[in-house]
Amino acid sequence: MVAPGGRLMDAIVETFRWLTDAASWTGPRGVLARSLEHLWISLVPLASAMAVAIPAGVLAGHHRRGQAVGAAISNLGRAVPSLALLVFGLLLSVRVLGLGFSFWPIVFTLFFLALQPLFTNSYTAVREADPALLEAARGQGLSERDVLLAVELPVASPVILTAVRITAVQVVATAPLGALAAGGGLGRFIIDGFGQKDDGQMLGGVVLVAVFALLVEFAITRLERRVVPGPLQGRTDAAAVVATGRAN
Amino acid sequence: MRKKRRSHLTVAALSVVALLATACGGDTGGGDPGAGGGVEGPTITVGTVDFAENRILGQIYGQALEHAGYDVEITENIGNRELVAPQLEDGNLDLIVEYTGNALRFERGGEDVEIRDEQEVYDALNEAYADKGLTALRMSEAQDVDAVVVTKETAEEHGLERISDIAGFEGTFRFGGGPECETRLSCFKGLEEVYGLDNVEFVPLDVAGPITVEALKSGEVDGANLFTTQSAIVANDFVVLEDDQQLQLPQNIVPVIRQEIVDAYGDDLVSLINEITTSLTTESLTELNAKVEIDQEDPDAVAEQWLRENGFLEE
Amino acid sequence: MSPVLAQASGGIRWSWIGDNLDDIWEATVEHLWLTGIAMVVGFAIAMVLSVLAIRYRRLYGPITATTGVIFTIPSFALFFVLAPFTGLTVLTAEIGLVLYTLLVLVRNTVAGLDGVPEDVKEAARGMGYTRNRLFLEIELPLALPVIIAGLRIATVTTVGLVTITALITFGGLGRFILDGLQQNLFVPKLVVGAVGPTVLALVLDGALLLVQRALTPWSRRAAA
Repeated sequence: MVAPGGRLMDAIVETFRWLTDAASWTGPRGVLARSLEHLWISLVPLASAMAVAIPAGVLAGHHRRGQAVGAAISNLGRAVPSLALLVFGLLLSVRVLGLGFSFWPIVFTLFFLALQPLFTNSYTAVREADPALLEAARGQGLSERDVLLAVELPVASPVILTAVRITAVQVVATAPLGALAAGGGLGRFIIDGFGQKDDGQMLGGVVLVAVFALLVEFAITRLERRVVPGPLQGRTDAAAVVATGRAN
Repeated sequence: MRKKRRSHLTVAALSVVALLATACGGDTGGGDPGAGGGVEGPTITVGTVDFAENRILGQIYGQALEHAGYDVEITENIGNRELVAPQLEDGNLDLIVEYTGNALRFERGGEDVEIRDEQEVYDALNEAYADKGLTALRMSEAQDVDAVVVTKETAEEHGLERISDIAGFEGTFRFGGGPECETRLSCFKGLEEVYGLDNVEFVPLDVAGPITVEALKSGEVDGANLFTTQSAIVANDFVVLEDDQQLQLPQNIVPVIRQEIVDAYGDDLVSLINEITTSLTTESLTELNAKVEIDQEDPDAVAEQWLRENGFLEE
Repeated sequence: MSPVLAQASGGIRWSWIGDNLDDIWEATVEHLWLTGIAMVVGFAIAMVLSVLAIRYRRLYGPITATTGVIFTIPSFALFFVLAPFTGLTVLTAEIGLVLYTLLVLVRNTVAGLDGVPEDVKEAARGMGYTRNRLFLEIELPLALPVIIAGLRIATVTTVGLVTITALITFGGLGRFILDGLQQNLFVPKLVVGAVGPTVLALVLDGALLLVQRALTPWSRRAAA
C-alpha cells in the first residue's frame, strides 16, 4: 500500500512496455501464438455447444415441452461456479478420458458453460413466437416441420444470434481460467505474470483478453446486421440478455 | 476452530457494513475458543504458501503457538513467495516458514548466490532480513530442495543421471513447473543459465502439484520441478537428477518472523518455535507430505497429529 | 508411524464431509458474508448509477459500456490486478465482486424504471405527487419485479465468483476446490467446493423470488 499512485503509474508504464515489446508477440509462447490458442479453445466448445443446445432448445420450444426441465437447466447452469466446471473438466479429461490437461479441460468447461445461455434463449425465443402467426401458418396448411423452419426459426433467429454473441463473449472471457490448470491461451500471460510478479505481462494479458472479447462482440454484431431481417433488428437484446448475464 | 480466518473476515465485514451505515448484525460471536491461559500481546498471523508441505508446517507452528496461549491467526494458501514476502514486510503477516537458500536468492533479487554452506547461507539471509525488521529463527536440519525429476523410463531411455546429461537429450527437453519457475534461478532459469542448456523448453504447470505429476506421468513433459520431500517422487518411481553443478543452495526449513513479535513476546516464544524447528527432520517432512498428498488427509489434522506425537500438545 | 507412501487408500473417503461439517459451515458463513456485502454495496452503487442514468440520459451509454467492459475481465485477473494495491484483503475481494454486480443491476434497474407506464406517472403527477414521492411510491414499486430479477442474476453470479476469491485466500466454500486439487484431486473436497456454492446460489435465488412475490403481490408474472 506504499504510494499507490506511483505503483499505478509504474504498472501502466510496464504494461505499455510489455505490449509494445516485439519479444512479447513472437515465438511459440508469444501473443500471436497465444491468441490463436485462445481462439481455438473458445471456438471448439462454442461450436459444439451451439450444435447441441440450439437444436435442443428450438425443438423443446416448438413442442412447448420440457418447460420445467428447461427452467431447471437454466437455473442450474447459471448457478454452477465456473471454477467448479473447470475442476469437473479437469477430472473428466485427465482422470476419466485420459486426454491430458493442456487443451481438453478448458474446452469441456467452456462447453458446459455455453450450453445454458444457448439452450435457454433458443427455447424462449421459439416459444414466444406470436401465436397468431403460428395459427395463420397452420391455417395455410403448413406442416409442423415447415412451421418450425419457415416461421418459428426466422422469427427466433435474432434472439438466438444475440444469445450466440453474448455466449461467445462469455466463453472468450472465461477461457483464461484454463491457465489455472496449465491450459494455454491468453490467460497464460495473466497467470504467469502474476506468478512471476511481472505486472506488465499480467496487465497486458488482461488488456488482451478484453480486446479479444470486444473484437468477438464486434464481429458477431456485424454478422447479426447482415443475417437478421431488417424489421427484426434491434429488438432483441433485453430479452436475451436478461436470461444470460454472468461473469466469470 | 483452527482456521481463525472467520473472525478476521467478520471484523472486516462488519467494518465495511458499518461504513455504509447499515448498522446491524452486531457481535457474531466469532471469538476465541480454546486457548486457555491466553498470553497478552499482539495477534500472530501465520501465512502459508499454497503447497502441502508449507501448509503443514504453518499449521504446526500456528497450532503449537495457539496451544501455548498466543493469539494466532492462520492465513492459508497464499500464492507464492513473490506474494508472501511483501505481506510479511507490510506487517499483514507475522510468521512464515521459509527455505534458506531460495529465501536468500529472493532477497537478493533473484541473482545468483555463490555460497553453498548451510550456516553461511543462513547468516547471509539474516543479514538481508535485518533492515527489514525480520528475523530468521533457528533453522532446521530438515531440507526440501528444488529438484529436476524425470520418470524412470525417461531416465533409462536417455541415460539421464545428472542434470548435465540433459544436454545430450535428443530433441527438446520439455520442462514443467509452476509459472514462477521460469524466472527463478533455482528452477528453469538455472537450467539455462547455470547449466547452459539450450535444448530446454519451459511448460507452465502448477507448483509441484497433481498437474505436474500427471504431466510427467503422461509424458506431456520430459522433466519437471518437484521438491525432494515430495511423496510423489517415491510413489511414482521418479528419478531425481543429480545437481552436479550445485545449482541448488542448501534449503533448510526456517521460520521467519517479524522482529516486533519477537520483541513483544521475548524468549518464551522463540524457544517454543526453536524447539519445534529442532524436532523436524527431512524424513518426517516426507512422511507428513505423503499423508496429505497421497492419503489425502487435511494439512491441519496432519500437523495436529505430529504435534501430539512429538509432545507439543499435551495438557 | 503410519506406513509411508502407501498407495492411495482404497475408495473415496466420503466420511471427510461428515467429519468436517464445522469447517464446511464456517466456509459457508464466509461465502454468505462475502456475497452479502457485495450485494448490499453493489445494489447501493447501482441504484445511484441508475438514477443518474435516468435523470441524465447521456450517462447511460458510458455507464453500461464501462460496466460491460469490466464484465469481460476474467474475475481472477481482476483480483490479481487489485492485489498489489489493496493486498490480500477482504477489500480486494469485495471491490471485484461489487464491480461484477453493477452491469446486471444497473441494466435491470433502468429497464424496470423505464418500464413504468407514462400515463401512470402522469396520473400521479396530476394527484400532486412530488418528484421524490413519485419515485419512491410509484416508480420504484412498479419497477421492483425487474429490479429483483436483476438482483437474482447478480446474486447467483456473485456466489459463483466468491469461489474464485480462494485464489486470494478467501473463497468461502471455493477454498475446498483449491485444497482438493492440492491433495491429489481429493474428490470429497472438490464436490463440496463445487456443489456447495451451486446449492447456495439456488437457495438464494429462490429466496429472492419469494421476497419479490411478497413485495409485489400484484405481479404474478415474474420477469425472467
